[in-house]
Amino acid sequence: MMATTSMPLLTVERLSKSFGAHQVLKSIDMTVAAGDVTCIVGPSGSGKSTLLRCLNYLEVPSSGAVFLEGEPVGLRWKGEKLYRMSFNELSMQRQRMGMVFQGFHLFPHKTALENVIEAPVVVKGVPKAQAIEEAMRLLDKVGLSERAHYYPAQLSGGQQQRVAIARSLAMQPALMLFDEPTSALDPELVGEVLAVMRQLAEEGMTMVVVTHEMAFARDVADHLVFMDGGVIVEAGPPRTVLGNPQHARTRAFLARVQ
Amino acid sequence: MAESPERAAGPLHRHPDIHTVKPVDVFHPSWWIGGAVLVGFAILFIRLLITNENLQWSIVWQYLFSPEILAGLGRTLMLTFLAMIFGMIIGTAVAVMRLSRNPVFRSVSWVWIWFFRGVPPLVQLVFWYNLGLLIPEVSIGIPFGPTLWSASTNQLITPLSAALLGLAFTESAYAAEMIRAGIQAVSAGQTEAAATLGMTQAQTLRRIILPQALRIIIPPIGNDTISMLKFTSLVSVLALPDLLYSAQMIYSRTYQTIPLLIVATIWYLVLSTILTVIEHHIEQRLKGGASLDWQTIARSLFKSRFWGVRRGEALS
Ligand SMILES: Nc1ncnc2c1ncn2[C@@H]1O[C@H](COP(=O)(O)OP(=O)(O)O)[C@@H](O)[C@H]1O
Ligand SMILES: [Mg+2]
Repeated sequence: MMATTSMPLLTVERLSKSFGAHQVLKSIDMTVAAGDVTCIVGPSGSGKSTLLRCLNYLEVPSSGAVFLEGEPVGLRWKGEKLYRMSFNELSMQRQRMGMVFQGFHLFPHKTALENVIEAPVVVKGVPKAQAIEEAMRLLDKVGLSERAHYYPAQLSGGQQQRVAIARSLAMQPALMLFDEPTSALDPELVGEVLAVMRQLAEEGMTMVVVTHEMAFARDVADHLVFMDGGVIVEAGPPRTVLGNPQHARTRAFLARVQ
Repeated sequence: MAESPERAAGPLHRHPDIHTVKPVDVFHPSWWIGGAVLVGFAILFIRLLITNENLQWSIVWQYLFSPEILAGLGRTLMLTFLAMIFGMIIGTAVAVMRLSRNPVFRSVSWVWIWFFRGVPPLVQLVFWYNLGLLIPEVSIGIPFGPTLWSASTNQLITPLSAALLGLAFTESAYAAEMIRAGIQAVSAGQTEAAATLGMTQAQTLRRIILPQALRIIIPPIGNDTISMLKFTSLVSVLALPDLLYSAQMIYSRTYQTIPLLIVATIWYLVLSTILTVIEHHIEQRLKGGASLDWQTIARSLFKSRFWGVRRGEALS
């Protein structure tokens, strides 16, 4: 019993990623416990997005591995041999990791409601009526039940991002990944998206959030990771990392963003 | 020194208030001269149409709805749509291969497009029709083993199948390039969003990528359909009785060459006008930005509001 409860939901082991000769991630180790919110901060170009995209295999790691509930992501053991998963096998694992992008990426030819029911109906085969009921509950939760029949182009950036969050939640993922979810938004729209994320965190959703919103990281994160130059420079409880940074690079970054 | 504007204008320049006078437009003599010349030519042409005995309008009228011509018209329409449908299906496959990471797929599709865009459709039609000279027999079986099914090529290659092969393959090369451009215009973010939701590649292509690509692809497909309508007249070299060949068969008996060519011309114009109207209508719908699905397209194809609106305007 102890063993299962203490097993982290997500484990990253010696993860490296290079684009050609450019090594973007250098042997990253990290764990995410179920129910925890992990915020990743760091200067632009430090490899935060690449790390997040390696977690669900949108980028194929050059070496190292990611484990979701103990299973390697994108890889499959067969006896002694390790095989890469086909796209369709991978899609089973990806269902358990929702992802929210900086640029929303809603499906523009579908309404908010259609965006949310798409994956449950098509991927999981949920009956449409049931999917709609669940989608309306989720849209209500992100404060958009009135906009259910609007197309993405008719919604503000903040509303689009909240639909995108509902769309991911509809697959009932074990883990949610956020890549700078508020960076593309006008300042007055940032709050509504952060409020939804805060609520999710309170409900116990496991989240990995790349963000520049230091106030959000300080208040919501259980665990703060500071990355620079493809390595984790410093990690720990947000109050410790933000209040008493140990490394010069962390101090320099914090001085710039605060 | 500081004179007021009124004073400066002085009594010599007494103008009315500029706000009450409408300025005279610039006179363009070329518009009027050029226009007059063209109207002159148009009148001459219409006079020719009416007075030239050789046109024999009564014979045109007599053959316009003759069963032979209408049957040819039906074949032209059937050829146009079958060639377009087969061309689009093959073109979609070629486009997807062109975007594949597999270098063999990529090069085969490149060669396909290069070949069928480069060879004139007329040459292809004749070539396919004579395929029997190259490959006398087609068979299906286990290589180096027993034959399960075989037929002589001359039985399989009829004027119709040769025509369809030539026209559909030509169309597939153009369609592949349009579909590829349409697919590439859909952002990579869409594919990634679908992937993170657990959608398979086939689901993503069918439900996310193609419906968005369609918006971009449909206008050029409309143009291609109209071109295809005209290209089908090439099949008359295979003695396939389409609209043109039906007209030719009649005038080879009756020697009423010009009236029958006019019959064919009228029908080609009627069909291309109808197709243009449909295309225009679908394009307007797409610009509206409403949701696009197969039902919308099908509905707008069969329930065109174009004429209804026109009539409504005229009556009000
Ligand atoms: N697909 C790619 N091909 C080549 N280089 C890339 C690619 N994606 C990211 N990079 C490079 O990797 C580095 C880290 O990028 P990224 O992970 O986006 O940083 P961050 O999200 O922290 O700003 C950058 O130098 C970027 O140019
Ligand atoms: Mg980034």
